[in-house]
Amino acid sequence: MKQFFKYFLLTLGAVMFAYPFLWMFAASLKPEIEIGGFSLWSSNFSFKNYEQVFARIPIARAFFNSIIVSFSTTFSVIIFGSMIGYALARLNFRGRDALYYLILFTMMIPFQITLIPQYVLMVKLGITDSYLALIAPTMISTLGIVMFRQFFMSIPQALIDAARIDGCSDLQIIFSIIWPISRPVVITVAILSFMASWNEVLWPIIVVRERTLMTLPQIVTLFTIGGQAEALLGLQLAAATLLALPIIVAYSFFQRYFIDSMVSSGIKG
Amino acid sequence: MKKMKLKYDRSAYLLVLPYIIFFLLFVAYPLIFSLVLIFHRWDIVTPMQWVGMKNFERLINDPLFFKSIVNTLIFLFIHIPLQIAVALGFALLLNSRIKFRSMFRTIYFLPVVVSGVVVTILWQQLYSFDSGLLNRLLMIFGIPKIPWIVSPEMAMPSVAIMATWKNVGIYIIMFLVGLQNISAELYESSNMDGASRVQQFFSITLPLLNPTIVVVLVLSTIGGFSLFIEPYVLTGGGPMQSTLSAVLYIYNQAFYFNHMGYAATLGFVFAIVIFAVIMIQKKTVESESLE
Repeated sequence: MKQFFKYFLLTLGAVMFAYPFLWMFAASLKPEIEIGGFSLWSSNFSFKNYEQVFARIPIARAFFNSIIVSFSTTFSVIIFGSMIGYALARLNFRGRDALYYLILFTMMIPFQITLIPQYVLMVKLGITDSYLALIAPTMISTLGIVMFRQFFMSIPQALIDAARIDGCSDLQIIFSIIWPISRPVVITVAILSFMASWNEVLWPIIVVRERTLMTLPQIVTLFTIGGQAEALLGLQLAAATLLALPIIVAYSFFQRYFIDSMVSSGIKG
Repeated sequence: MKKMKLKYDRSAYLLVLPYIIFFLLFVAYPLIFSLVLIFHRWDIVTPMQWVGMKNFERLINDPLFFKSIVNTLIFLFIHIPLQIAVALGFALLLNSRIKFRSMFRTIYFLPVVVSGVVVTILWQQLYSFDSGLLNRLLMIFGIPKIPWIVSPEMAMPSVAIMATWKNVGIYIIMFLVGLQNISAELYESSNMDGASRVQQFFSITLPLLNPTIVVVLVLSTIGGFSLFIEPYVLTGGGPMQSTLSAVLYIYNQAFYFNHMGYAATLGFVFAIVIFAVIMIQKKTVESESLE
């Protein structure tokens, strides 16, 4: 009886978290008048709402923009993050500890204080409405540096010494000796950075006004709150589904990595 | 061996150079420039105008500034207890002897990975007064409809419920990790002493989960003050400014009214408020755990 009650609550929870997404997906395929119902099925399913979304906004282009921005950001965060993390963890240089404390300090600065001046910087550099403006401020992640440093501290010194004797440079040590044995941390930082970048809306809305450069969440947001969706629920839900789908597909393949990454970032961050 | 360690690695400077450049451009410059901006009036097109303390005078007399802080506090007062209760409840269920644990975990975590924009568009439909699923559900049980996002009293609580639904998955897992780290011996020995389940929960489980609760507090507070996309899409800050969040207000001042100086001042003061709130929380939690 008690066991039954447990499963009942757990299942209720599962319905609570999953059903709205299933409903959204189903509703995006329904004609407008049928959307209000609870049913996940309709005999009138069609892709009409999607056709409308594609016709009204350059959403394919926005998808492409998001891919470019998210992949560039992620690539840069793991490359620079491991270089800096390696220097902090394994090399001796003057000011190393001071630099580490500086990095920890910058993690505590609320973004509210730097938001407007960062935008002004983009204006002064003349790079608003460009990929660069979307990517540059997140090219390095302090959390990423801290996580790489932490992991690299546990690597045996003998491995690094051996590589040095073989004449490896620092970059060779990082990317061909350390990386292959640091997959967990590389994957964690990559997922965190990709998700943050893929889901970011505030910064794109601020620095990009040119429609062809907008990211996917940005264009979906503006489509919903601007007049273009004409308060048609089906179109809004179709646009939302298009935004959700890539991450849900990625998540279903790499659930463990997603969960572990996000939980560890919360505990460490 | 020792000699090698004492030697300075010159190449290190090359490796950290990217960070130095990044820091100067995107941290140091904005911080310094914010100290300039807060004393100026600037619409970003015409030259800056020195106004001394005018921005601060204006802020003190700005009812919307206080409103946005009160709104955030309302959000936190609902969101944090709700989040801790729901997360702990599901974590306890998942921690017991059950099948399909990883399947449940995966489902509960789903809203965490999806964009806040998607969640907000979805919940806008769920919250709709006349045709929303939540009100239809209430009507099935004979409960009167709730004006979720159309009444100023309910709007912020509704945002808090939505945010809890989106984020709670991550805290379920954190609590689950915390629970799994509590040694079973503690429960066994208290069983011998004849402690009840409820006593065990309050004397063993809750105190040992304190670090996790602190993390939830701090992360939710930072999250509350970063609230932007949810009110921006769901309500536009309304009705009657009841969901106007700190960041939304900065955004409006900067990009609707082109008040860069005043927006920077708001950001500056909000940052101080965030620090203060987090410090107070830490002090309170630490003093409580000492008792």
